Amino acid sequence: MSAAATRRTPLHARHLAAGARMVDFAGWEMPQQYSSVKEEQEAVRTSAGIFDVSHMGRYEVRGDSAGEFLQGMVTNDLSRIGPNRAQYNLLCRPDGGVVDDLVVYRSESAWLVVVNAANREKDMDWLRGRAPRDVEIVDRSDELSLIALQGPEAERMLSVDGVDLSGVRYFGMASGVLAGAESLVSRTGYTGEDGFELFVPSTHAAGVWDALVARGARPCGLAARDVCRLEAGLRLYGNDMDEQTNPYEAGLGWTVKLAKGDFVGREALQRIKDEGPRRELVGLGGADRTIPRHGAVVSLAGREIGGVTSGTYSFWLRRGIGMASVTAGTAPAGSRLAIGIRNGEGVAEVVSLPFYRGSARRATPGQS
Amino acid sequence: MADRYYTETHEWVAVEDGVATIGITDFAQAQLGDVVFLELPRVGKLLEAGDSFGVVESVKAASDLYSPVAGTVLEINEDLNTSPERVNTDPYGQGWLIRVQLNGDLGQGLLDEAGYESLTQGQSH
Repeated sequence: MSAAATRRTPLHARHLAAGARMVDFAGWEMPQQYSSVKEEQEAVRTSAGIFDVSHMGRYEVRGDSAGEFLQGMVTNDLSRIGPNRAQYNLLCRPDGGVVDDLVVYRSESAWLVVVNAANREKDMDWLRGRAPRDVEIVDRSDELSLIALQGPEAERMLSVDGVDLSGVRYFGMASGVLAGAESLVSRTGYTGEDGFELFVPSTHAAGVWDALVARGARPCGLAARDVCRLEAGLRLYGNDMDEQTNPYEAGLGWTVKLAKGDFVGREALQRIKDEGPRRELVGLGGADRTIPRHGAVVSLAGREIGGVTSGTYSFWLRRGIGMASVTAGTAPAGSRLAIGIRNGEGVAEVVSLPFYRGSARRATPGQS
Repeated sequence: MADRYYTETHEWVAVEDGVATIGITDFAQAQLGDVVFLELPRVGKLLEAGDSFGVVESVKAASDLYSPVAGTVLEINEDLNTSPERVNTDPYGQGWLIRVQLNGDLGQGLLDEAGYESLTQGQSH
């Protein structure tokens, strides 16, 4: 990022008041942790945690042909979702490289996309540069804050006037009144747990935050979010994939629906699928005291086969965990790999993803 | 309680009766985040001031530990094997790392409280 001053979300004062340690994340001053990562993550896995994710971009795509336009931009098939549904998606370049991963939300009346903080400007340019005249991409990030409530107790802690949350399915959404403000609620998240993401008018974000904290939701920072998503096998853009990685290499081939009709990258992705990807993303379970770290070299029998894309220590699973991008076919589950660590080499075993299945009622990949 | 001195690499040392107790500072533990485990030297190991004597690994990163003093390792904090979080919760108390029998005086270049505070001001992550 540039040297420009970091930006703050409408919940900034709440984070400081709660004693958060703030860090710069993609140009945003965000809470890294409030107390301990271990305790915050435990709250997400056993009760509920609350995350400010307002640094992510929220764009509304307007116009009669908004749905058709988006369908031509993303890899997944938006014709499979009706109103009040969301879908995980990728934007790809014509050569198949991943521009970003995003969630497309289709409410009763609008199309919304939520994109990674680091890619806000890039994605906006990408979409606007390809939109027909009658489609408008409106940046609603400032007026709408985004709060994630995640954990098995999330449904119990949340109440939205006019919405029966038990009727909202995984990747479903609803409109209702939250702390006095008309809001959008989706049963989505980035932790592997059941939970909701709340699109709240920024003027009411602090009120919603306070109400949920009062009901027992524990404020959680980016560090807890990262370990939760990694345990759940969820990819992080910029680590596990980027423009030099295609969806198949990132293990996200299930999001690519080649039969749906034309979209940016389709031709290249068809070819890559036919030829087979050169790399693949595998799960790493650290042995002993090995914590895989982003960028570490991964070898098999003395030969370098790839690198760690994400890694951390999981207090929940009590071991180092990570993901690595390796030459396709070299490291089936059960392989013992050498991982570069600070003082030499550690050992990790290739394991299938996810590392942990939480309470999220996930459909089979390909279903949503 | 003996005076604490600090290094530019964020260790602290307090000396009593020729024995130096060494740990990492509150600033350092906050920067590291939750400590996962520590690699500490064997009792009897000879250290020069500035020698790396081990590693602290946190959720965020692995960092080398540097000795503020010269001497012989007398004792390591075995409790950290099972409770590494003490480095986070009580860095100047139960989270101490090693005790060293001093070989001579304290080394040059250690900072006092005020010196260390001015070093860490404005430093973050």
